[in-house]
Amino acid sequence: MTEGIGLLSLAIWVPIVAGVLILATGGDKNADGQRTLALIGAVLGFLVTIPLWTGFDYASAGMQFEELAPWIPGFNVHYRLGVDGISMLFVILNSLTTVLVVLAGWQVIRERVSQYMAAFLIQSGLLNGVFSALDGVLFYVFFEAMLIPLYLIIGMWGGPNRVYAAIKFFLYTLLGSLLMLVSILYLYFQSGGSFEILAWHRVGLSMTAQTLLFVAFFFAFAVKVPMWPVHTWLPDAHVEAPTGGSVVLAAITLKVGAYGFLRFILPIVPDASREYAWLIVALSLIAVVYIGLVALVQSDMKKLIAYSSIAHMGFVTLGFFLFNPLGIEGGLIQMISHGFISAAMFLCVGVMYDRVHSRQIADYGGVANTMPRFAAFFMLFAMANAGLPGTSGFVGEFMVILGAVQVNFWWAFLAATTLIFGAAYTLWMYKRVVFGAVANDHVAQMKDIDSREFVVLGLLALCVLGMGLYPLPFTEVMHASVDNLLAHVANSKLVH
Amino acid sequence: MDMKTLYLTVPLAPLIGAIVAGLFGKAIGRTGAHVVTIAGVAVAFLASVLIFQDVQAGNTYNGPVYTWLTAGDLTLEIGFLIDRLTVLMMLVVTFVSLMVHIYTIGYMADDPGYQRFFSYISLFTFSMLMLVMSNNFLQLFFGWEAVGLVSYLLIGFWYTRESAIYANLKAFLVNRVGDFGFLLGIGLIWHYFGTLDYAQVFQMAPHLANRTLSLIDGHAWGVLTVICILLFIGAMGKSAQFPLHVWLPDSMEGPTPISALIHAATMVTAGIFMVARMSPLFELSDAALSFVLVIGAITALFMGFLGIIQNDIKRVVAYSTLSQLGYMTVALGASAYSVAIFHLMTHAFFKALLFLAAGSVIIAMHHNQDIRYMGGLRKYMPITWITALIGSLALIGTPFLSGFYSKDSIIEAVKYSDLAGSGFAYFAVTLGVFVTAFYSFRMYFLVFHGKERFHNPHHGDHEAGKDVPHGHGHGHHPPHETPWVVTVPLILLAIPSLLIGYVTVDALLFGDWFGHAIHVAPQHDGFARFAQTYHGPFAMALHALQTPAFWLALAGVALSGFFYLKRPDIPALLAKKFGVLYRILERKYGFDEFNDWFFARGARLLGGRLWRWGDVAAIDGAIVNGTARLVGRIAGVVRHLQSGYIYHYAFAMIIGVLLLATWFARA
Repeated sequence: MTEGIGLLSLAIWVPIVAGVLILATGGDKNADGQRTLALIGAVLGFLVTIPLWTGFDYASAGMQFEELAPWIPGFNVHYRLGVDGISMLFVILNSLTTVLVVLAGWQVIRERVSQYMAAFLIQSGLLNGVFSALDGVLFYVFFEAMLIPLYLIIGMWGGPNRVYAAIKFFLYTLLGSLLMLVSILYLYFQSGGSFEILAWHRVGLSMTAQTLLFVAFFFAFAVKVPMWPVHTWLPDAHVEAPTGGSVVLAAITLKVGAYGFLRFILPIVPDASREYAWLIVALSLIAVVYIGLVALVQSDMKKLIAYSSIAHMGFVTLGFFLFNPLGIEGGLIQMISHGFISAAMFLCVGVMYDRVHSRQIADYGGVANTMPRFAAFFMLFAMANAGLPGTSGFVGEFMVILGAVQVNFWWAFLAATTLIFGAAYTLWMYKRVVFGAVANDHVAQMKDIDSREFVVLGLLALCVLGMGLYPLPFTEVMHASVDNLLAHVANSKLVH
Repeated sequence: MDMKTLYLTVPLAPLIGAIVAGLFGKAIGRTGAHVVTIAGVAVAFLASVLIFQDVQAGNTYNGPVYTWLTAGDLTLEIGFLIDRLTVLMMLVVTFVSLMVHIYTIGYMADDPGYQRFFSYISLFTFSMLMLVMSNNFLQLFFGWEAVGLVSYLLIGFWYTRESAIYANLKAFLVNRVGDFGFLLGIGLIWHYFGTLDYAQVFQMAPHLANRTLSLIDGHAWGVLTVICILLFIGAMGKSAQFPLHVWLPDSMEGPTPISALIHAATMVTAGIFMVARMSPLFELSDAALSFVLVIGAITALFMGFLGIIQNDIKRVVAYSTLSQLGYMTVALGASAYSVAIFHLMTHAFFKALLFLAAGSVIIAMHHNQDIRYMGGLRKYMPITWITALIGSLALIGTPFLSGFYSKDSIIEAVKYSDLAGSGFAYFAVTLGVFVTAFYSFRMYFLVFHGKERFHNPHHGDHEAGKDVPHGHGHGHHPPHETPWVVTVPLILLAIPSLLIGYVTVDALLFGDWFGHAIHVAPQHDGFARFAQTYHGPFAMALHALQTPAFWLALAGVALSGFFYLKRPDIPALLAKKFGVLYRILERKYGFDEFNDWFFARGARLLGGRLWRWGDVAAIDGAIVNGTARLVGRIAGVVRHLQSGYIYHYAFAMIIGVLLLATWFARA
């Protein structure tokens, strides 16, 4: 317990306060001031998360940087925060992404600048809340609240079909989370009146109860990941969302679902998790193979990357349900890496969209002729998306495939098809968009990236390469927590 | 300087060159780009020479550089294994790379992507060195895919050309199919050995010789057989073995220097190197060795046939490369790993030489590559002519030249092999000698001898004449010899093509030079039986005069001379007479058509169906939007129940009571 305001509280409230401040002082007249304020807020929000990593105790499997304050004493609800090796990196990843998103929207967004920036900052704080909340009610509040800014971002700054996409997104995810609310209340009573998530990890449950909780949590989180077959909201949401919305959606929001699997499903219902692991594995492998094939035929770049995201998230859920260290750490690494790569891929599409106002592959061709620097970045990210060793995209997939071989060779076989499908859909798109002769006048007039875009893409390139060449620092922080989780999952908590 | 620093210097020097030329190409200019990259590769070469001397003195090294990742029980490190096998590869890679770097100054002189090109080939050199210097499977896979990346970038170097960007995508994807197997092989190694470190794996391998695993119920396969075949699938992709060979001929879309460096001398031999490195594993599985042997034999013979009918100078050499890679693979299958590596080395020199000579011809022909429009060039380009002749003679295995010692040893090794499939392999490699001689000298005669056909105004068909997009004015001046930056590498490569076999065969093949780097089980060591008949390089060359291989090669040369110098009408007549056969060769046995139709179109069709029927129709149409419709419809029906008429409600109540009564009465 820390004195004063803890780091995690800062990580949550700095961006939210900045966002509210922007809304309060907002107005489109002084848009540049709003942008600067947003950038300051985002950078501050990022800076306060860095000590989480530098001050992290690698040896400890418990929660660190904990904060506790009573919130609704009558129901034993607390403002309880803390991170472990599983959640810590996501707080940092989220805060970094916010900086990138603010930069990416700098010139592109011309209408309602203050509201746009505020939405992202508030969203960032709420997401940090999701990853650090250790109280069930607090988690649920953050979990639901984070939908609102994203809903608004898609609904207000989105494409022509944005209302359909926003409502589909909202209902899909809300439906899942209502089931979770019931589960949270059930656990409250089963645990003798506690909302502390870590206490739920120790509650003994019958198989029937575990199965029902598994189903309820599964729906809440599977929709977010998204897993096949509850994934169809994602391509629509991406296609309509503005670039920044897509970036946050792909880089962070999807991770909330996967995080839920580790924080709730595995430790709270370990017996049901083991019992139904085959189901998750099957759905994950369908995501890799089926979605890989579907991605191949997309003509809209954003849809293609959206489907590619689903396939890559399939590796995450596959890894989690292998119940070995390589699988779980590989899944976590894949989550972080996908945060970098999907953000970069959507930003790349955004860069082109800003110039040509089309996401259709067919409207491009020969971009390398007019935008060589951009083409080099895009090549790097495309290769990372295809899982090339040396980039972060390889690390998680490699770990999960190795983890899968230990359990079942054919699972690994199906998972490894991503080597072929991932390269096929990514590089075929790259070929049609970037290579070739200049296809039309629009492409001929494209200007290469400016220094602001260069900084954004350059930062992500450093992350992608750095993590690919030296992933050790990322896995080191996870070991203790993952081992602890695995030990926990291995023990039955059945009560008859 | 301690040795570890020296080891690090070898890959890092080219990497630095690549980064500088790649990121600051504009600032340092063209000269700056080639100076910095050539300096990097030269340093790598010199360091390799020093390391070679150290290894020659009996030192080896096996140790980590840094820890890449830990997870559970797995620790993955980046590290080096320096032994005789490694150091030989390092020498070959850095030397050929250095030659190609110098040559590029001349070949790419007018190209707008000059700096980018130098950056790529230095990056390639780095990747290839990391591959051969690795002491573990992870780094091997790293290098493996990294060279694939650079190959992809370089095949598509002229990215505005549709054929080039088709070829590079194809190359990458076909290689990925191989890598798919390779990765699963690595996965099984991790599962059964619990480590990815070479030394530990090799040490434990004999204990796993009799372990089986059951991938399909009821079928037990040897663990090592499965692992070795999966690893070899990776080699089939990278080293372009049948049926994953399809990408290599198309890779000729890349500039000629990289055809020499990547698609002849070094990258495509990575698979050969890998299998030789894994000899302690392959030796434990006869089935895997037979598989290797047969695949190699098919490649050696059938890819040679295709070389006969090619008219693009680079494609002739490309098919010859495929065929020679088949020879190396056959040697691996026959457990003659040292012979495979020996052929890899001699081939690296004479094939790089042939490609660079072809490039020199292409420059002189103003980037027309069709050999039907060449002829008589020996008068105009004496250095290119002589060096190309040396390369061709070495390739067909002329006694005393480098290729002879390696190829003849392969044939002998197969002859003495007892493995299943060795009979076929022996037939294939022997007949292959004739085929090799025929297509090599067909090209040689058509290019350097006979009538001068380059004055012909119509300029080859569009399939051929294309290497550099911006055409020069052509046909106005007589062709002339290329500048010194081109010819010096030719000469420097011609020397080892002539001599390296004679000089090193004693030590490399018959002197157990490789020592512990290569492991051969006694029962597989057919080559040792051949070695008993060996009495020095001179005697070996003389003895060759009594072997069928020599006479077959001679016959090939003579026949091609007769066909293409004396009676040029005969080949055309034969092509007409054996039309079916000719068309099969022309369509390259139909692999490209089949792959395009079955895999490329099939995957798109399947993806489209899954999307339209699965996502759009079933999930979104029936379930998601269907739920919305259903809610609406149920509400519409339920609405009618609330009719407001008392007798409706009373009737419903009576029915309900009856139903309840029946339910309880049943119990």
